[in-house]
Amino acid sequence: MSSSVAVAVSPTRQALRRVRKDRSAKLGAVLVVLLVLIAAAAPLLVKLSGQDPYTYHLDLLDPAQGNAPKGAFGGVSSEHWFGVEPLTGRDLFSIVVLGLRTSLTIAIVVTLVTSVVGTLIGISAAYFGGWYDAVASRVFDFLFGFPQLVFMIALGIIVPAGFPRWLLLILVLSVFGWASLARLIRNQARSLVAREYVEAARSVGSSGWHVITRELLPNLLGPVLVIATLAIPGYIGAEAALSFLGVGVPPPTPSLGRSISDSIAWVYTGADPWFLFFPGVALFVAVLGFTLLGDGVRDAFDVRLRRTS
Amino acid sequence: MPDLVWFVIRRLFGAALVMLALSFAVYLVFYAIPADPAHLACGKPCTPDRLEQARHFMQLDQSAIQQYLSFLKGIFAGRTFGDGAAAVHCDAPCFGYSFPLARPVTTLILDRLPITASIAIGAAILWLLLGVSLGVVAALRRGRLLDRLSVGVALVGVSTPSFLLGLLAILVFGFWLNMVPVNGYVPFTESPVDWAWHLVTPWLVLAVIQAAAYIRLTRSQMIEELNLDYITTARAKGAGESRVVVTHGLRGVLVPIITLFGLDLGALLGGAILTEKVFSMQGLGDLLISAVAQLDVAVVVGVTLFSAFLIILANLVVDIVHGVLDPRVSHG
Repeated sequence: MSSSVAVAVSPTRQALRRVRKDRSAKLGAVLVVLLVLIAAAAPLLVKLSGQDPYTYHLDLLDPAQGNAPKGAFGGVSSEHWFGVEPLTGRDLFSIVVLGLRTSLTIAIVVTLVTSVVGTLIGISAAYFGGWYDAVASRVFDFLFGFPQLVFMIALGIIVPAGFPRWLLLILVLSVFGWASLARLIRNQARSLVAREYVEAARSVGSSGWHVITRELLPNLLGPVLVIATLAIPGYIGAEAALSFLGVGVPPPTPSLGRSISDSIAWVYTGADPWFLFFPGVALFVAVLGFTLLGDGVRDAFDVRLRRTS
Repeated sequence: MPDLVWFVIRRLFGAALVMLALSFAVYLVFYAIPADPAHLACGKPCTPDRLEQARHFMQLDQSAIQQYLSFLKGIFAGRTFGDGAAAVHCDAPCFGYSFPLARPVTTLILDRLPITASIAIGAAILWLLLGVSLGVVAALRRGRLLDRLSVGVALVGVSTPSFLLGLLAILVFGFWLNMVPVNGYVPFTESPVDWAWHLVTPWLVLAVIQAAAYIRLTRSQMIEELNLDYITTARAKGAGESRVVVTHGLRGVLVPIITLFGLDLGALLGGAILTEKVFSMQGLGDLLISAVAQLDVAVVVGVTLFSAFLIILANLVVDIVHGVLDPRVSHG
């Protein structure tokens, strides 16, 4: 007698219900909402703090200590909520929230681009099969086990100086990112193509486009959502890594990775570990939040994704 | 055995094809660079005929295909730029010649490779050992403290970027506790002890991050394996627990672990490049980044192709080990 009720609940609603019961997924969701809000409202928050990330405050530095900030916790005060940057005295709160905005924007755009491209290529490879599938699968394998970071750094040389670096970052991360999603979606779609309802749609003469968009895609939205959510922390980390290496977002645009890179010298000597603390915590929380949410979404949709197969 | 021999030959052939296709693609992409490297070499004032001379000397006046072919030839037979007294020779295997640094790219790479390789190989050994042993222990003591602890380590490993963990390790172990050196590289030939002592922190940092996935995989695979019928049979026949786990259980775990390791090789190189920057060691990453900044195309192409070849070769070895361990692979 319970069956009639259970059938009426859509898989999506069931999944949402499961996320709500999962404590670490809930924590992840709260963190993600918070991070996105902060990133979206970053310019407003900076205005509210009465600071900006570009103005030098040399009077707040202590020349006796190699121009580390004066005062405790890296110069935290009612004006500078996270203290100031050593050497320049720029407001660290503005740098961190605007840096977070840069990171999240790039990661989310890359996730959208790779999801669309990867889904289309993955589904079509599974649907059409044959040599197209064979070639696509070789390309996935190839891009997957590739020294991606080396290529991302190297590509910087063929880009003209005037080309916006943030756009380059999005392009480079997308070029190397779509393959892992396409590969997983292809494997999922392959099992669907053999199902009777797809066979039925084909036998009544539906076009390939119709079968892909109307029959296959709706059944693959769950896996796509899961893989995309799980991929976001990877892109946040990759963007930060490239900026850390000095080939990402150029100064003076705030960037978490570059701030962390700048902090190395201050960490070695112990002069101002707070310069690492604030951007570091922001990056860690961003990656952790999306990872927890991604794990929760995966468990909720009960998608089995094996990296090895 | 002939099956295995054919398998190895097939794989060798496949790897060679991939290398060829990749090097061609890379050459075409980097040939499209808008900045003219000859412009930097010709000095000021750069008259048109001097520029032409420089282009001719650097063999940039040839077509992309021609340049690619001489690059390929250089790998096997070496190359000579220019002629007469001013000629520059680059011995085989020649991965190009850096005119700004006035040295063959192969020499530049071999100078820096020990640093990156030391970090990568040491970290890989440590993470495989850590990952498999913690995974086995977690599987045998499901739900106990150590199991939960290793799941926790796995989560932290997944969510911390390697450079962040590296800086934290420097701050805590290097600066506050003053236990380990915070930066610098000591060549192995100079002092093996100092070499290892300077590398311990980078190894641990990379291992903790990567071991996470291996702990999870070993744990789930081991649990699955120990529930199989043949394990019950072995136990029924009186095999000791350690024998069951080590000879029977581990064998089933090794194949998926090796497959995963093959997929992680690219990430291993990337991790090593990030880590060497954190610990201020001048390895391959440093060579590549400064070459990009100085528009030194020869070095960029050389390092890129060299690292891609390295990964393809390492993948080949992983594939062959896989084939030896699991006969189904080499038969198929």
